Amino acid sequence: MEYILNPWPWYVSGPLIALVMALLLYFGKTFGMSSNLRTMCSIAGAGKFSDFFNYNWKDHLWNLTVVLGAVIGGFIAVTYLSNNSGTNLNPATITELQNMGFNNPGQTLVPNEMYGLDILNSPKALLLLVIGGVLVGFGTRYAGGCTSGHAITGLSSLQKPSLIAVIGFFIGGLLMANFILPLIF
Amino acid sequence: MKALKFLIVGIFFGIVLVKSEAVSWYRIYEMFRFQSFHMYGIIGTAIASGILFLQLSKRGAIKSIKGADIFVPKKENGFIRYIIGGTIFGFGWALIGACPGPMYILLGTGVWSMLIVIAAAVFGTFLYGVLKHKLPH
Repeated sequence: MEYILNPWPWYVSGPLIALVMALLLYFGKTFGMSSNLRTMCSIAGAGKFSDFFNYNWKDHLWNLTVVLGAVIGGFIAVTYLSNNSGTNLNPATITELQNMGFNNPGQTLVPNEMYGLDILNSPKALLLLVIGGVLVGFGTRYAGGCTSGHAITGLSSLQKPSLIAVIGFFIGGLLMANFILPLIF
Repeated sequence: MKALKFLIVGIFFGIVLVKSEAVSWYRIYEMFRFQSFHMYGIIGTAIASGILFLQLSKRGAIKSIKGADIFVPKKENGFIRYIIGGTIFGFGWALIGACPGPMYILLGTGVWSMLIVIAAAVFGTFLYGVLKHKLPH
């Protein structure tokens, strides 16, 4: 039981993520989480503004079902399958983040400084979440996929466009984490 | 009943991503600072296992539930949309520490403010749909 309650090592987690992709392909679908954002736009009536959202979203309800499952899975994992051991971060990372003003790095899944409900009183913190969300939603559709669609499915099927997209993910991520985050915090 | 299997895959996905800590903002930060092998190990072994699965299915060893060949949609050729779109995505990923899958999963773990991020991501996708024809691809 302890093996399940403790964080899972990377060499167990990676193949299990591939299993998610394999199961969806086995069921005749694909592994692509960002497509759901487009489906939500379509359901909300975005087709009135752009043909991009004019399609039969009912064909994509299976993927929203995966999303619902993912939410439930997140709940089950923290409620029944965790022992609050925290994330075993590199001590250098912890020191660095503390110097940037983050308390208790790794004790929660996301920093309270960014996601705690206090942020509702902080225009700066709210703005960061909104900007981050817009960048992810815009970028993923522009690039035609996200981590599941490009990094896992695309690279597993040896597709060059996905390699270019993943290189893009890292250009953006490296610039943000190494140069922009220190300016923000 | 058809929907049930997708619900179960989703639950499994959510559990794996929490237990692997891939939904941790800190793990994403650590990855982009090259301070830990953890995320590279996850992504690397996921891709290696994925390649193995797809190569086996390509050789006919694995078929879909309906007995058809396993089919992976091909991304259309291009460069600009992938590199620019990817970079924009990367900026957001490292800022909020969550890509589209983990957004929903973190909501399930009780991070309620993730609703703001999800709403913003839906809006970002909407923005792309509206501007699509004006963007280089």
